[in-house]
Amino acid sequence: MRLLAARFGLRIRLISAFLLVAAISAVTTATLTYREARSAILQQAQDTAVAQFRDRITAQAVSLPVDAPRLRTMCQTLAREGKPHTWIVFAEYADLRVSSSDRSVSNVITPELRDAARNTAHASFQRVVKDGKPWLTIGMPVMFDQGEGRQPTGLVLYAVMPLLPEEANVSAMVTAARDGALPALLIALVPALLAARSVLRPVRDLRRAAAGIGRGELDTRIEVKGSDELADLAWTFNESSSKLQQSVEELRQAEERARRFASDVSHEMRTPLAGMLAVTEVLDEDAAHLNADTAAAVRLISAETGKLATLVEDLMEISRFDAKAADLHPDEVDVAETIRKTLQSRRWEDRVATELPEGVRAVLDPRRFDVIVANLVGNALRHGAEPVSVRLWTERRDGRDRLVTEVADSGPGIDAAVLPHIFDRFYKADAARTRSAGSGLGLAITQENVRLHGGTVHAANVPSGGAVFTVELPREGV
Amino acid sequence: MPRVLLIEDDPSVREGVELGLRRRGHELRAVESGEAGLGALAEFRPDLVLLDLMLPGMNGVQVCRRIRESSQLPIIMLTARGDDFDVVVGLEAGADDYIVKPARTEVIEARIRAVLRRLAEPVGRSGIEFHGELAVDRAGLSVAKAGARLLLAPSELKLLLYLSASPEQVFSRQQLLEYVWEHSYHGDARLVDACVRRLRQKIEDVAGSPRYIQTVRGFGYRFGPLE
Repeated sequence: MRLLAARFGLRIRLISAFLLVAAISAVTTATLTYREARSAILQQAQDTAVAQFRDRITAQAVSLPVDAPRLRTMCQTLAREGKPHTWIVFAEYADLRVSSSDRSVSNVITPELRDAARNTAHASFQRVVKDGKPWLTIGMPVMFDQGEGRQPTGLVLYAVMPLLPEEANVSAMVTAARDGALPALLIALVPALLAARSVLRPVRDLRRAAAGIGRGELDTRIEVKGSDELADLAWTFNESSSKLQQSVEELRQAEERARRFASDVSHEMRTPLAGMLAVTEVLDEDAAHLNADTAAAVRLISAETGKLATLVEDLMEISRFDAKAADLHPDEVDVAETIRKTLQSRRWEDRVATELPEGVRAVLDPRRFDVIVANLVGNALRHGAEPVSVRLWTERRDGRDRLVTEVADSGPGIDAAVLPHIFDRFYKADAARTRSAGSGLGLAITQENVRLHGGTVHAANVPSGGAVFTVELPREGV
Repeated sequence: MPRVLLIEDDPSVREGVELGLRRRGHELRAVESGEAGLGALAEFRPDLVLLDLMLPGMNGVQVCRRIRESSQLPIIMLTARGDDFDVVVGLEAGADDYIVKPARTEVIEARIRAVLRRLAEPVGRSGIEFHGELAVDRAGLSVAKAGARLLLAPSELKLLLYLSASPEQVFSRQQLLEYVWEHSYHGDARLVDACVRRLRQKIEDVAGSPRYIQTVRGFGYRFGPLE
């Protein structure tokens, strides 16, 4: 059934069910009618014949004993008077066998009828089909009155009558039933199609609306027509999508509030930090002249102020990405030069091996590309192990030139459990792990910057050990 | 040591920057509003102005425009990254450079020194060079067009001197950031673009079709060729 449901659509199944019901009722009606009519026709023919045979025999005065010529004459008389059709009459008396036809013994009369006719006082009959032809056979013992009752004379008369005309009537009825059922089925197709349509149209509307919701068009609604189950369904659908729209809107607002809060907090922290950061130098210089404890406290404050400033800057950067307020300032640059400058400005030239082909120009935001490369190389130097390498090449894929930058280290690689979360914000591989030198936002910011360029970044481990970060950017810019 | 006028409304930033710079030997006057800053100009006679963009009352951009009406005093804006629009407007108003807050004193001082630093004299060149209608006096640090002396802000003068020292050579915006502004290679190229626009307003006959400072699409800027 499920296979059937899968193979055929709702329309086909509805129409088939409709036609099946129509066919079953037509066939049942026809069968019952046929059976009743057939038995009525045959019964009537049979009753008429039996009654007639009995009357005719009673009308003949039979005097015993009988001889063959008289018996033959009687049979012929009886046969002529046959109703509704002519009979063939056979007579049996002891060993005497006579009939109204050429053959003296019938091959249609069965032994059962013979037994019944000999052993009862009244007429017996049987319907027989012989060689595909239907026959009615009647057996009638001839009786005589003798004081207290009727006694059998030993003479038994049989009438054999063909039932062909009745059979023709019956088969005409079958034909009529068939000829009536086929148009009925065809007519049933019309309401079937109409019913299917009235079910299928709301279903199609529903499908279209559901697809709309799937595409994020949460204001999709269905027109509710009538008050049937499908209208209920449409109403429920509308109700649910309203609720969904409302929930999504609430979520969006909550998310927006959370983002704005993070942004506001970092904004508010920036002003005091600006004052504090400007004086850290004073603290650092004078710490030497203070007693040991105070000096340690002062140095701690100075160092942590610096880290806090970095964290706040990173938070603000992330907030700008979240608010889609980060803008790209693309410029055409020499990429090898750009990467070299990134390494030089952080004094990493000696710690990083490079493979930077000359003359590769690309359209990118130099400041953001600097952040991408610096975060990846910084991450490799901090968490991986030297040698760290930076390789640059271009590829052509899907009809676009792509700029590929690969940063690899020779450390133990990234734990498989950590790998899927490596670009998550503040993701700590180990909950108990101490704070690293970075803000915990470096790789998240890297990913956002790459996305802003319309590119991709992914992290992997190489079989020989070590982690590899691969950045792909469109060479012609976004 | 240069004399610095700091215009900053937030007391903690004002105090922190004042403390840090004074410690490094700068002579500093700190005021909390644009109006007070403009008032202090004549009396304090600073070598440079550190100007917060977000000021109550008269804002930083207005103060910047007001100063540029009468003087080519070096101006460095103090700004928060993300206030991108303000940066662009401030640069258009004539600021020479900007610093993103929060910043360490060493960063602020390095920027001050960079803005005040004179470009190294090209070896073996002296006297006045003529480029079209422009007369460039490298020793006297002055530029005249058709005999009339032009008032150029320090960054404009430096950019013009740098480009005209190597006529027809193309410099990328990143190179100009490094050489003229002493920023990192990855700095904000809008500094260069804004300065070029201001310079063109002053030296070109038609700012829309420049002769002296030409754009080389995809590469950067060059001086000339003048036909």
